[in-house]
This record gives sequence, structure tokens and C-alpha cells, in this order.
Amino acid sequence: MSVLAISIISSAVLSAVCVLYATIGEIFSQKAGIMNLGLEGIMLMGAVSGYLVAVHKQNLGLAILVVILVGAALGVVFAFLTVTLQADQTVAGLAMLTFGSGLSGFIGKDVCGVNANLAFDPFDIPLLSKIPIIGPALFHQSILVYAMYIIVPLSMIYLNRTRPGMVLRALGENPAALDSAGYNVFALRYAYVIFGCVMTAVSGACLSLAYTNFWSDGMTSGKGWIAVALVVFSAWNPLIAVLGALLFGVVSIVGIDIQMYYTALPSQFYSALPYVATIIVLIFTTGNFRKGKSNAPESLCIPYDRENR
Amino acid sequence: MRNIRFQRRANVSTVRKIINPVIFVILAFVFCGIFLAALGFNPLEVYAKMCRSIFSVRGVQKSIVAGLPLIFTGLAVAFGYRMNLNNIGADGQYAMGSIFCIWFGLYGPDMPTVPKILIMILLAMAGGAFAGLLAAIPKAFWGVSETILTMMLNYVILLFLDYLTHGPWKEPNQIISQTAKIDEAYWLPDIGGTGINVILLIAVGVAVLIYLFHKRATKGYEMEVIRVSPETARYAGINVRKNTLIVLAVSGAIAGLAGFAQIGGIVHRVQTNMPNGAGYTGIVIAFLAYLNPLSVVVVAILFGALQISAVAVQILGVPSQVATMIQGSVMLFVIAGEFFIRYKPVTGQAARKEEAQ
Repeated sequence: MSVLAISIISSAVLSAVCVLYATIGEIFSQKAGIMNLGLEGIMLMGAVSGYLVAVHKQNLGLAILVVILVGAALGVVFAFLTVTLQADQTVAGLAMLTFGSGLSGFIGKDVCGVNANLAFDPFDIPLLSKIPIIGPALFHQSILVYAMYIIVPLSMIYLNRTRPGMVLRALGENPAALDSAGYNVFALRYAYVIFGCVMTAVSGACLSLAYTNFWSDGMTSGKGWIAVALVVFSAWNPLIAVLGALLFGVVSIVGIDIQMYYTALPSQFYSALPYVATIIVLIFTTGNFRKGKSNAPESLCIPYDRENR
Repeated sequence: MRNIRFQRRANVSTVRKIINPVIFVILAFVFCGIFLAALGFNPLEVYAKMCRSIFSVRGVQKSIVAGLPLIFTGLAVAFGYRMNLNNIGADGQYAMGSIFCIWFGLYGPDMPTVPKILIMILLAMAGGAFAGLLAAIPKAFWGVSETILTMMLNYVILLFLDYLTHGPWKEPNQIISQTAKIDEAYWLPDIGGTGINVILLIAVGVAVLIYLFHKRATKGYEMEVIRVSPETARYAGINVRKNTLIVLAVSGAIAGLAGFAQIGGIVHRVQTNMPNGAGYTGIVIAFLAYLNPLSVVVVAILFGALQISAVAVQILGVPSQVATMIQGSVMLFVIAGEFFIRYKPVTGQAARKEEAQ
């Protein structure tokens, strides 16, 4: 039993981490007032670019570097559209989605189904991995998961306990006030949008280089959207997002495991579980059953225009 | 050159509204040419081959047929967006429409052609509306984001379709996962000898109906008020909740008709993953058509041509995803171009001169 529990927890954690990078990136982006619905497309671009480098150059460090650059480039494009040109963020996000899924399929055609023989392998953390059950489940993971163990508390501290974090919150609540106080609203928004896109691209790389270890067209299968849902679900709080991502991870992994023992139900039923779970959780956590104030940044989706202050 | 500023245009001419996107669409093709070249293709050769594949009688026929489902998904997205509802679930609604429609087409009772087809049309719409309502109810009553809901439902419904076409409804003794074809008696005919199905007339009819609805009907006006300001609408006594339910249901019903278009007029059966991203293409179409239902028809057929030409260049080894890539870049570039419809670049000197006048 404990072997099964360990395998479920450890896969669920990895699966959660694959969406958490994007979720935390999007939390920062939305806190800055910019909603990016194109996560799915950016994730695909991250997944394919990392995998391409892994296949052709056999170098994981270089792969992550390229993924970060691709994410940053897409971030610049999205920020240019939404911050500088003040385009409708929903429409721009959907454009990023279409562009990302098309371009990733296009450039990834040659490595579709090709084995890279290279991935972020799990390794033990000394001492911690010796703890029963928790050790092998949480401390026999890849570097991308360990990095997330650090990113979550850091992002919490940044958002709630530091001065730049306070400025970030103001950026999404009242950019005009920030502008009057002498901050460069445009530059700050650019920075956070780019950060969000970089994190999302890393999410994609996590999928293709640590989770499934292959590339296929549209392989993120909705994980970008689940990240968007998690942001709303978490009320823009990284810690709650972790819980949501773990729930999502457990539902997907348990579905895959049960499927092997209980074959009476079609496999599609199990594949649909994470999406159904997301819908139900989203309704219960974000539905305004009671009258209450939403935690959404006040100026989310509103382009900042100095002339209309 | 250093002092370039942007000035809001006082009024925007119709010519500019049309020319501007055309320029940016061309830029998008140039941009995609870079990626084609990067993968070792000659962009000019690829584009020339794409053009040749559609500039023929056969090519035009194929483009229109490929555009038929896109007209419906484009209309569906545009209809929802008229009330600021992001229906990105047209893929799922299309799939649900085809599930309802094929169920009656294959397993329903034999009956005379006309009533059978009418019931199939109604069921396709009912299926789409059902899928739309699944998202509309949480949206209308509890304010849950319809964008995420419709998207998640896409995956659920497509998996259901996948199950049906692999399992209980699979055509017996065949390798490919798809249902059997409906009886030939219920196939819709072509228009005269054109090789284009009657579905085109239905599609244009639906577009005209929606156009008139926006222009003339009270409900169309209510939608407009809600889009501009839900607060004003509530104050004026318009029931926003009811309108949300109706608009998403109708939007879904229109997308569901794409399923009927396939079953009644094109492939006559349902295949695994039949929507094939038509719902997402519908978003691009609706946007490029400025949400105008009549323009949607034209833009959808152009996108049909894009898909046909993308298939044609597979001979050169170009991945078929080139179509999606072009769609995405076209949308990105036209969004960027929007800015230049609203604003004009002026040099600092010219701006000062104008201010002086």
C-alpha cells in the first residue's frame, strides 16, 4: 500500500508543479493588472522549444535557457499588445493561444514522437529522502520540483512582505496613483507580464522534459486553462494555488491508477475527471453565493492610459 | 523622427477600417514566412502553391465547403461577444450538436425526408444550446467565469465524443473510429450543379437573421446595453441573468448547427475530434469580422481557403499546423493594427503645428 501511496503522491506533486509555474506567473501578471488567457499557447511553446533543444543539443541547461528566452519573447509581444497598444486583453490572450498552439505544432513536427533520451531526472535530497513515505514521495524529485519548493514561499514573501510586492499590488489596484507617485507603470507592467510568460513557458518545459518526456501536438491538453482557473480559485494567493494544483494532480493521477485496476469504465471517463473537478471546484470557490467582495485586482483587464487619468 | 507621438483620430473612415487589417494580414504572412524559411522552406514557393490550390473552380468549391462549419462557429462566438460573453466553447458545442444530431440520424425512426432533417437540425441546435447552458447557468447565477467554464467543457465533451466514436457508436467492422454514415435519403443536395451544398444557404440565412436581430429586435438592443454597461442595463430594468442564459444558449445552438452541417451536408457522419479546432478558428473569424454576422460569412470562407491551401502544401513537407500558425499571427497582427485605426502617428513638430492652429 505504501508503495502505491508514494507513487501517487510523488506523481501528483510533479503534475501539480507542471501547472504551478504557470499559475504563479499568472498571479503576478494579474496582480499587475494584466490578464493573460494565452497561457495554453505559451506553455506549448515552452514545451516544444525545450524539447527541440533537448533532442538536437542534448543539453538540459541550454534547453531551460531557451525556454526562458522564448517565454520572455512571447511576454514582450503580449505586453506590447496589452500595455502599449492597450488592446482588449481577452482577445489578445486568445490570439496568443492560437499563435502558440499553431507555431508549436509547426516547429515541433520533426520531433513529434522522437525520443530525446534526456529529461530532468529525480534525485534524492540527503537525509530528507530517508523520512518514511514523505521522503521518497517529496524528496526524490527533479530539480524543477525542488525549485518550486523555494519559489512558493519566496513569492508569498514578495507579495505580502516587501516593498516591490506592495507596489505590485498597487499596480493592479490603482495604477494612476502609482504613476503620480513617480513609478513607471508601463515598465512595471511589462516586467510582470514577461515574468508571467517566462514562468508559463517553464511550466511547458516541465511537461515535456520532466513529466511525459515526449512532445506531441497540443500535449498540454488544457493545463494552461487549469492554471488560469487556479488563479481565480486561489484568490490570487500562491499558497492556496498550491492546494488547488495538488488537488488537480491527485485527481489526474488517481484516475490513471484506478483505470488500471477497474476497467469497466471507459478510459475517456478518467481523462475527463480533472476537467470536471476543475469545473466543480471553480463553481464552488468563485461563485458569489454570498454577497462578498472579490479579491480580483481592481484594475484587472483595464489598460492604463495616461490621457484618461 | 525622434518625436513620434500618437494622436487619437477624430473619426475613422470605413476605407481605413478595411484597408488597415488587410495591410496587417499581409504583414502576418510575411512574419510567418520567416518561420517557414527557418524550417528550410522557400516561403514564396509555399505561398504560391497555397494560392494555386485555391484559385480554381475546384479550389473555390472546397474552400466554401471547408468554411461551412467555420461560418457557424464564427457566428456563435460573435453572437456571444456582442454581450461581452467569451464563448470559447464553440468546439464543444459543435461536438455536442453533432452527437445529438447523429443520434437521431442513425438511431431515430425512419420517416419522410423533410421532417427527419428538420428534427436533426433542431436536435443539433438543442445539443449546442445544452452545452452552452452548462456554462451559462453558473455564469448567470453565480458569476463564474464563462471563459474557463466553456473551455473546460470543450475537453469534457470532446472526450465524450471520443468515447462514442471509439465505443458504442463506432461503425462496425471498420478500423477508423467514426460512426456510420446516415441514410443517403437524408443528405442535403448541392445548389444546382455548383458542387456547393445547400448548407451554405442555411448558413447565410442564419447570418442574415442574426444581423436583423441585432439591428431591429428589442432583445438585440438589450444585448447592446448590457455590453456597454451591465449596471445601466440593470437600472433600466433589463434582466441581465436571463439575457446571459439566452445568449449563451443561442450561441451554443448556432455552434451546434456546425454539427448538422457536417452530418447533413459534408461527411454525413461523426468522426473523432470532428470539430478539429473550428471553435478556436471561430474566435479569430469573429474578431476579424468585427462581430458583424455578414462579414463572418466572408471571413469564414477565407479561412476555409486557408485550411484547404494548408493541406495542399503538405506535399512540400510543410506541417499542416501552418494554418493555425497563420491564423494566430493574423490575429496578433490585426490586434496590433487596431491601434493604428484609433491613433495616427505624428511627429512632434506636426503635433505642435496642429495644436497651434
